[in-house]
Amino acid sequence: MAEQIQTSHAAPKGFLRKYIFSTDHKVIGIQYFFLALVAALIGIGMSLLIRLRLAWPTERWPMLEAIFPEGFKDGLMQPEFYLAMVTMHGTIMVFMVLTTAPQSGFGNYFLPIQIGARDMAFPVLNALSFWLTFLSFAVLMSSLFVVGGASLGGWTFYPTLSAIPSAGPGQALGADLWIVSIALFCVASLLGALNFITTTLNMRTSGMKLARMPLTCWGWFTTAVVALLAFPVLLAGGILLLLDRNAGTGFFIPSGLAVSGKLIENGGGSTILWQHLFWFFGHPEVYIAILPGMGVTSHILANFSRKPVFGHKAMVIAIFAIGLLGFFVWGHHMFISGMNPSVAIAFSVLTLVIGVPSAIKTFNWLGTLWGGRIRFTTPMLFAIGFVSLFVAGGVTGLVLGQTALDIVFHDTHFVTGHFHLIMGVAAIFGIFAATYYWFPKMFARTMNETLGKLHFWLTFVGVYAIFIPFHVLGIAGHPRRYADSTGYEFLKALDPLHVVITIAAFATAAAQLIFLVNFFWSLFKGKRAGDNPWEATTLEWSTPTPVPHENFGEQLPVVHRGPYEYSVPGMKKDYLMQSEADG
Amino acid sequence: MFSRRMIAVFFLALAAMGSVACGGNKEETAPAASAGPTWKATGNEGNITGTIAFAGATPAPRKLDTSNDGACGEAFANDVLVADGKLQNVFVFVKSGLPEASFEVQTAEVTLDQKGCIYVPRVLGIQTGQPLKIINSDQTNHNIHPVPRINREWNESQLRGQAPITKTFARAETQIPVKCNMHSWMLAYVNVMAHPFYAVSGADGSFSIKGLPPGEYEIEAWHEKFGAQTLKVTVAEKADAKADFSFDAAKAYNSSSLKLQPALVLP
Amino acid sequence: MRTQCQSTIKMGRLLAILIWLITVGTVAFFVWSKSKPGWWFPEAISSHAAAMDSQFNVTWAVVAVAFFGAQAALGYAVWKFRARGNERASYNEGNARIEFVLVAITGIVFIALAITGQRVWANLHLNQAPPDAIQIEATGQQFNWYFRHTGADGRFGSTSPKLYDDADNTMGARPGPLGIDPKDPSGKDDIVGQTLVIPVNRPINLTLRAKDVTHNFYAPALRLKQDAVPGLKINLHFMATKEGRYEIACAELCGQLHHQMRAYMRVVSPAEFETWLSENAPK
Repeated sequence: MAEQIQTSHAAPKGFLRKYIFSTDHKVIGIQYFFLALVAALIGIGMSLLIRLRLAWPTERWPMLEAIFPEGFKDGLMQPEFYLAMVTMHGTIMVFMVLTTAPQSGFGNYFLPIQIGARDMAFPVLNALSFWLTFLSFAVLMSSLFVVGGASLGGWTFYPTLSAIPSAGPGQALGADLWIVSIALFCVASLLGALNFITTTLNMRTSGMKLARMPLTCWGWFTTAVVALLAFPVLLAGGILLLLDRNAGTGFFIPSGLAVSGKLIENGGGSTILWQHLFWFFGHPEVYIAILPGMGVTSHILANFSRKPVFGHKAMVIAIFAIGLLGFFVWGHHMFISGMNPSVAIAFSVLTLVIGVPSAIKTFNWLGTLWGGRIRFTTPMLFAIGFVSLFVAGGVTGLVLGQTALDIVFHDTHFVTGHFHLIMGVAAIFGIFAATYYWFPKMFARTMNETLGKLHFWLTFVGVYAIFIPFHVLGIAGHPRRYADSTGYEFLKALDPLHVVITIAAFATAAAQLIFLVNFFWSLFKGKRAGDNPWEATTLEWSTPTPVPHENFGEQLPVVHRGPYEYSVPGMKKDYLMQSEADG
Repeated sequence: MFSRRMIAVFFLALAAMGSVACGGNKEETAPAASAGPTWKATGNEGNITGTIAFAGATPAPRKLDTSNDGACGEAFANDVLVADGKLQNVFVFVKSGLPEASFEVQTAEVTLDQKGCIYVPRVLGIQTGQPLKIINSDQTNHNIHPVPRINREWNESQLRGQAPITKTFARAETQIPVKCNMHSWMLAYVNVMAHPFYAVSGADGSFSIKGLPPGEYEIEAWHEKFGAQTLKVTVAEKADAKADFSFDAAKAYNSSSLKLQPALVLP
Repeated sequence: MRTQCQSTIKMGRLLAILIWLITVGTVAFFVWSKSKPGWWFPEAISSHAAAMDSQFNVTWAVVAVAFFGAQAALGYAVWKFRARGNERASYNEGNARIEFVLVAITGIVFIALAITGQRVWANLHLNQAPPDAIQIEATGQQFNWYFRHTGADGRFGSTSPKLYDDADNTMGARPGPLGIDPKDPSGKDDIVGQTLVIPVNRPINLTLRAKDVTHNFYAPALRLKQDAVPGLKINLHFMATKEGRYEIACAELCGQLHHQMRAYMRVVSPAEFETWLSENAPK
């Protein structure tokens, strides 16, 4: 039995210590959640601007010109503004939403409670991680307002476009701020990962063997290990890039370049080196974005099917396998980068192999539903939606993972459709599912079920309507990151499809207002929630609602069984809580 | 493990690093305080006029390859424009001899047009702070990218049908190349002066610098392909001083390498 | 309790129907798109395209089966196992045998796809161009393409960044935008233009270069796409099988007008190609 570290401290007093600079993992989790929410709204706004230009590239927007005079000169959206939106949308969504809400938001709040601990192993470090993340977001947003505007290098930030300040508008101060922001985020994530790993390994309560840990915790734990190994590489790359840009070094800048007629003095470097460093982080990053959602989905599916997770051990192994294999496939982003073509073959085979644990998880989710007694609450709807969208996004990985086919599809909207379905929707559905599921415990009130279901129906249909057409754009050969396709005869026929996607995007974005109204109204006026509204088994539902400062009373809970003992034959109730004594 | 004091120190260090990093931003400050009071015209001013001759065979017209943009139509190289032995697009300016004073900034707009995927004019002079109005007369998208050495570098698109863009240059700097990255053959030179005494030779090779107070001046004539020549000129009260230059075809050099042409930075 | 059951039954049915509708709708959308001109692959005009397209068709069939199968099963599970009365769920913790069979099938199919797909790749990238391939160099810069032919001597003149002169892009310009050394005799007959002209049914070896940032040579009709990396010379070989005019796009974000970096490729008869070469040879 692992050692218990008691971080007992008296409840803080005063507004600042209670709600702003708190070291309570629950407050910090909520802070991360709201940071991600604000970031998501900004990110969605940017995506709508992106869609405006693709649907109506030569249209004038006088109202937008009033808000962004540099970006909409004479009412026309400038291509550099479009690319800045593409860059910022990607960066904000990947880092500030998908790496924040599922792991730092819900993980912070519920990991300690689900394992029976009073707080994270390092509460002050936890607070520091949040405030560094907040600072990172502020620095990133500041890049929009500096001379030259935000960087236009894409969230992947490839040099030499990103290494030479005169290579484009936004590539001077805007790019430096982007790198500083991401470097801060790396540090914050590393600190967070240390906390998660230590807490999971050292602070489980009596009886909470690893085998009895809920799959949500396995998701958060594996994600933290992946983050610990991946983020330092991005941090190193970012520092080297800052040096190239400001100190005359040549890590990523080959010799003999001339940008706009001006000879560049740095030299001796390789642009492909950045790609290796970035994607060595970047591919595990997408698993960081999805693994917590997978854990939450398993958790919620079991809860509302009233069944244990099908193949619990296989699910744990699959999470590990995905986390581990995720480190060996980064080259599939670089098949045609100029990398050695033989190495590309190795990466391709490994990439298709990683499809196997993902398939296992999908089968097991189906198996969890199979033979169940399904209650269609809003969190359950989103969890089922997660499975559907994960399949839709994942299967096209079979196409993109093959070297020969990637020649056709690389840097087209086929890729954009693929990663949006997996990250931009499935992972988001994981966040929605977690929000609707844990709202009663976090905020002691209930969200409105009717509005929740309406939100689900509209969003589920909407995201398919937006992102399935992207694959057709890609098949027809439409490159990504194009401010418009008006210059190409071979893309002319696709113009109506851009309009359809844009309309679907605006409609789906509007549907999110239902969620916002529901969320904020319920926060203040929702019906008071009970301790265990979902009749669930895991430890977070054994605490009082609202959760007291130290999570549990005088005595820490003792765990007697696994996390998903639903519908155990011969029992009166169709669920047995983990902390319930035998007998 | 982490005391509150350590955290405070950490954030202070971050703030310090941040201010150092941000301090490196090249601010568009006004040029160094101008020497002396603002110069005022007294009514005795004279002019320098002249012609730029060209010695050597008139170069044959060279048709540029504009096949990457059908909206451009045909375009011909306009770096060396010779007609009747006269050279166009020579930038002539007063290099020294002006009184110690600052000169009121002309408010008239100087125009740079993108027409037929060529910058018109190819060479222009403008005063620090004077507005440069950039027009896109073409049915295509351009971007305007000046590559200065001491002025702030900027790079902006100008889409088809978009209204003119107005820019100013804060510091005196000659031979600033202006490129369009889309139509790479496009090139213009902007010469920013702290005073208004400059001119560009026309199609007939003639130039005229007006409103100079009487005195001894050194003027320079610069062509992008043939280099620079200087001449000493004395301007008498209310008179036209003559200053003719002649450039020789045999003295051409590659003007695109900025290293070969040091910037002439004038007060 | 009863109303909750009823709404659950309705929810379950509705969700199942929605999932099935989305599944059928998605498949129908792809089938419909395939028949719409301009909404599927452009006509292929290169010798390796058939193998590539057939690899895609096999993969796409697997994708369709996986997508359809999983979504249909999901819809079915949601329909069949919605809570109806007071029945209990089946306490089923897993079935190792089914698990193993499904994993084995998935693994075999995925790995088979991965391996068969490498043949086309290996042909393109691990084999050298045939010795009689026509050497052409494609150089990308923000936001232009330059294509260089060797001229009669079959050799490219040496280039230097210090000599770049974008302003003079006439075909015989020296040094011109590629910075061809005027003193190098092999460079005297090089032909440089912004349109790619190649003969049909002749092997071409295209060397990709870049002057400033990473670009990407993308010729959809040729089924060819490759990054042009500054500091590297990357070879691509192919053979065009049909005459005509086709578009080349840049497929690596290279700056604010990345979307305007289009060039044309003209595939002409060998006779017309020879004529073009001699007409454009620098005097």
